[in-house]
Amino acid sequence: MSKTLAEKILGSKVPGVQAGDIAVVNLDLVFCQDTTGPLVVRQFQESGFTRVARPKNAIFFLDHAAPSPSKELSNDHILLHQFAQETGCMIAREGDGVCHQLVAEIFAKPGDIIIGSDSHTVTAGALCAFATGMGSSDVAIGLALGKTWFRVPESFLINLEGSFPPGVTGKDLILHLIGKMGADGATYKALEFSGGALEQMTMPQRLSISNMAVEAGAKVGLFPSDEVTREFLKEHGREKGYKSVSADAGANYEEIYSINLGYIEPMVSFPHTVDNVFPVTAAKGIKIQQVFIGTCTNGRLEDLAVAAGVLKGKKSHPETRLLVCPASRKILMDAIGLGYIGTFIEAGAVILPPGCAACLGLHQGVLGDGESCLSTANRNFKGRMGNPESFIYLASPATAAASAITGEITDPREIL
Amino acid sequence: MKTLKGKAIKAGDNISTDHIIPGKYAHLRSNLPELAKHAMEDAIPDFASRVEEGDFLIGGKNFGLGSSREHAPIVIKMSGISAILTRSVARIFYRNAINQGIPVLICDTDAISDGDELEVNLDEGTVTNLTGGSRISFNKVPLFMLTILEEGGLIPYIKKHKDFVIPANQNPGFSEGK
Repeated sequence: MSKTLAEKILGSKVPGVQAGDIAVVNLDLVFCQDTTGPLVVRQFQESGFTRVARPKNAIFFLDHAAPSPSKELSNDHILLHQFAQETGCMIAREGDGVCHQLVAEIFAKPGDIIIGSDSHTVTAGALCAFATGMGSSDVAIGLALGKTWFRVPESFLINLEGSFPPGVTGKDLILHLIGKMGADGATYKALEFSGGALEQMTMPQRLSISNMAVEAGAKVGLFPSDEVTREFLKEHGREKGYKSVSADAGANYEEIYSINLGYIEPMVSFPHTVDNVFPVTAAKGIKIQQVFIGTCTNGRLEDLAVAAGVLKGKKSHPETRLLVCPASRKILMDAIGLGYIGTFIEAGAVILPPGCAACLGLHQGVLGDGESCLSTANRNFKGRMGNPESFIYLASPATAAASAITGEITDPREIL
Repeated sequence: MKTLKGKAIKAGDNISTDHIIPGKYAHLRSNLPELAKHAMEDAIPDFASRVEEGDFLIGGKNFGLGSSREHAPIVIKMSGISAILTRSVARIFYRNAINQGIPVLICDTDAISDGDELEVNLDEGTVTNLTGGSRISFNKVPLFMLTILEEGGLIPYIKKHKDFVIPANQNPGFSEGK
């Protein structure tokens, strides 16, 4: 029987499973971040476990509140350090980067099964890993037993043809798709990307697309592995981890979406739901007090290159704060080497340490009452950036950089 | 199982985990009683003063979308809510709520108004609106998850069974659920 990519990956662990089945599978990676990790540790301990099944496949990331903005969160970091030391799990420190970027750089490979105590764990689907976010109980048991249970999801096929026009990137595509599907349009489903457009779609773009699969409710956002995957693994010294995994022709898809990238425009998601999406022309002129370029969605080198290209020799608007946060230490180093960071600083930007930064309202860019932010992140829920009296718009790095110059939401095609 | 009785607190569509418990309170996550005081405050500002033990939280479309923070169902449970009734629910929140032993019942919540007295029969799968007089049915919780729910959540379940025990007749276990 022809299999979807989701059935293929889960079926390589539990032969014969198909959509609707429950599969208990061994985990290739279990990870936690610092705002959900402490509860994972407590639930692990409450369950009576003392040993992590495979500590070499388990890691804690200090990224959401790192360096810590409060003594309570500092104490949570101490708890995670102690647990990692006692159990032999790995730990990534302040400034190493956002968990999802580090998972892509260091761990994820085609065919892997990954769970993390963070909803954007789906990011690793770009590398053809069945990766999904879970709560603290599930992750605690995943650490203890080295396995978890999944219901094998039905899949939606997203067939992509053509190529992006200038000024349009993967972020615009995924915003477009979420606008079309709705924030619950793919609840419990696997999104599987396919088609002739993949050949030219870079890994950073794929990561940005998979990252936001969860914003349509999906369990995973999967790309088949191909030469782009192999090249990315090679760049990160992991070519041996490559294997070819793709869906069978004739697999059963619950829904099929066909999109020609040539027709996608720069898109903006309006407050307060991610699926509240319009072309950038509908947002033109909306004043913004903050621009935030970074996160697990769009803090990669390619994103910074686009933003630096727009900002080169220009200044950010005097009434708009520009915050730039590379997604990992490696990206920060590369961006320094390529001169992007210098460009941002000269443009008036604040450079934030690699991590989640302003995305979730804990520190480093909390919005004031009535303020609006144009962010390259993945969520614009009410209160997300620390203040329910503020407004968050989501867009691509190109749109964000163009808007930082004018102080209002701007179509990047006007300045390219 | 049992019958639950309480009043409805209506929350509407698209209640995200940031509505339920905002990220800005992450510093309170290791102090759950303090964290729970902020449950739902960005969606229903007077929630903490209104909620009583046994009440139902009524969602609309896509309840619990967003973050994987299990603190969201935890603070709802700590505030005294006995079950969540909603038209649809986000994937991670659903699993987290069941893992915390709090029922999430998928049903048409349009006919429920804020403050209505409800009676939920978990065995029959029905909600009787004692104020409005209507009766609606909800989709049953999938079998395997029902076992976890009935045993008080995932941690008590694993303490008892030491592993995931999925009887053959429960696979595909979700065929009876949503």
